Amino acid sequence: MSAGALPSGIAPPLDLSTKRSARSVKSASMTGLMIASVVVIALPLVAVVAAVFARGLRVALADFPAFFVKEVPIVARRPGPGMGPAILGTFLATGAATAIAVPLGLLGAVYLHEYGGMKRFARVVRFMANVMTGVPSVVMGLFVYLSWTLSFGYSAFGAGLALACLMLPVVLGATEQMLRLVPDHLREASYAVGASKSRTILTVVLPAALPGIVSGSLLAIARAAGETAPLLFAIGAATAYNPNLFSQANTALSIQIFANATSSFVAAQDRAWGAALTLVLLTFVITLTARIVTARFALRR
Amino acid sequence: MTRGNTDQTPGARAENRPTVHLAPPPSPSNPPAGAVRPDTAAVFDLDGLEVYYGAFRAVRGVTMQIFSNQITAFIGPSGCGKTTVLRCFNRMHDVTPGARVAGRLRYRTADLYAPNVSATEVRRRIGMVFQKPNPFPKSVYDNVAFGPRANGVRVKAELDARVEKSLRSAALWDEVKDRLPASALSLSGGQQQRLCIARTIAVDPEVVLMDEPCSALDPVATARIEELMRELKSRFTIVIVTHNMQQAGRVSDRTAFFTTDIDPTFALRTGTLVEYDATNKIFSNPHDERTERYITGRFG
Repeated sequence: MSAGALPSGIAPPLDLSTKRSARSVKSASMTGLMIASVVVIALPLVAVVAAVFARGLRVALADFPAFFVKEVPIVARRPGPGMGPAILGTFLATGAATAIAVPLGLLGAVYLHEYGGMKRFARVVRFMANVMTGVPSVVMGLFVYLSWTLSFGYSAFGAGLALACLMLPVVLGATEQMLRLVPDHLREASYAVGASKSRTILTVVLPAALPGIVSGSLLAIARAAGETAPLLFAIGAATAYNPNLFSQANTALSIQIFANATSSFVAAQDRAWGAALTLVLLTFVITLTARIVTARFALRR
Repeated sequence: MTRGNTDQTPGARAENRPTVHLAPPPSPSNPPAGAVRPDTAAVFDLDGLEVYYGAFRAVRGVTMQIFSNQITAFIGPSGCGKTTVLRCFNRMHDVTPGARVAGRLRYRTADLYAPNVSATEVRRRIGMVFQKPNPFPKSVYDNVAFGPRANGVRVKAELDARVEKSLRSAALWDEVKDRLPASALSLSGGQQQRLCIARTIAVDPEVVLMDEPCSALDPVATARIEELMRELKSRFTIVIVTHNMQQAGRVSDRTAFFTTDIDPTFALRTGTLVEYDATNKIFSNPHDERTERYITGRFG
């Protein structure tokens, strides 16, 4: 009976309430500061999107769906649609850039992480890729202008080359990062049943890293789709549809935004808003796809 | 130091194994099979094996023979080189930057570290199960079929048969036969480890190396794996690294005790083999005082 006997007195009430102290003041002020920062960051973003949607939707819906289909008026002051050739041109240039930069970036990253490691050559390439990420896009445009456009003339492909120069280091870096995240024990498990290195990379490492590689590439594509500076040199200024990837001047949404927004005619400025809306929607769709791909694959694991 | 006590030759069965060709043509230094002498009943023959990580000699002085269709356990404190030695057996050190193996290590008639030996060929014969269950993020079926596919099996019927046989051997078939297309990562830890064993034996290796295969498992799952090891012994030679002395005592035929001591050349504390003998001898009447101290829990 004595073992479980409690002391007879009543224990003093336990006080767990929050105390006003220097620490709680500090906590509250820091929280306030962080919320304020988020608002400051979000404000311009929301303002940009709101302005683009408000003014762009009015233009696009006034001539729907003609705005997305019809050719750009040759006479800038004439009101009316459209942006069809620019949408096609953006797809052509970005598509060409993707076809060049994604395979090269992927293979390069596989070399860097799986074969190069810490070898001198791999370190030099990695360093150069990092430097390339920081090169202003206008310099890429200038480079392509001198090395391609002057010899072969304006084309969507030239623009694609310039965009590929921009995308390549991004795809390379993102892919190598994803390969680094594939745990070594998966590689060892593959080696342990007698799989060769190439087979291990193809059937274990790349599938495991694929969602990250896909979303990294899509983000690079979305960024490239909106680039203006490198296109100024390489794509020319067409107003009509040009489905030929390799010859003649073409156009792109970003170029049309630049050209129309700097015009003094209201009709042209309206078309710039419409083109801006189209471009925002396009990048939004690509980014959303990237998110969905990542989430879908992540669930399946 | 006391060298491994390897004069006891166990009942060497399964000597009718197929010929071992790790390197393309047999050469004088690499005698053709058929020239297997009766005293090479050992599957592995180690003489003065050393492993370096860069300039650091992590393990030294490992001389022992590992025999066919037995379970050989490596025990010893952390850092004594058990796993390091185990990873020599299937050339897993090849993928560790800076790792280097010195001394002799023969697998049957072949020198595993001869320049013309292909690590891939070695690993087809000498499989490995790891400490942490590491199934691929693929389906149960694809996990087991991975090895056969990597070794050129393409016919669906044969793959199916191999998958079923391996899963049965790993005592997992009844639990997963209805969910072969499900992700391997949906299995429990113990099931995942048995899946990894199935994946290893699906390529029909001669040797299965196990690196603390039960350290991430609960006692029930551990008991299942141990039971499995005893069954698999008739088909495979098993080498197991374990921190669990009871486990070594329960499952193994022979036990090697490793420990750390001061390397006379480098004056660093590194791993070495102390004693190697039949398991009941090691646990009842060890030759070396250090072994006795370790197995009775008076280590240090």
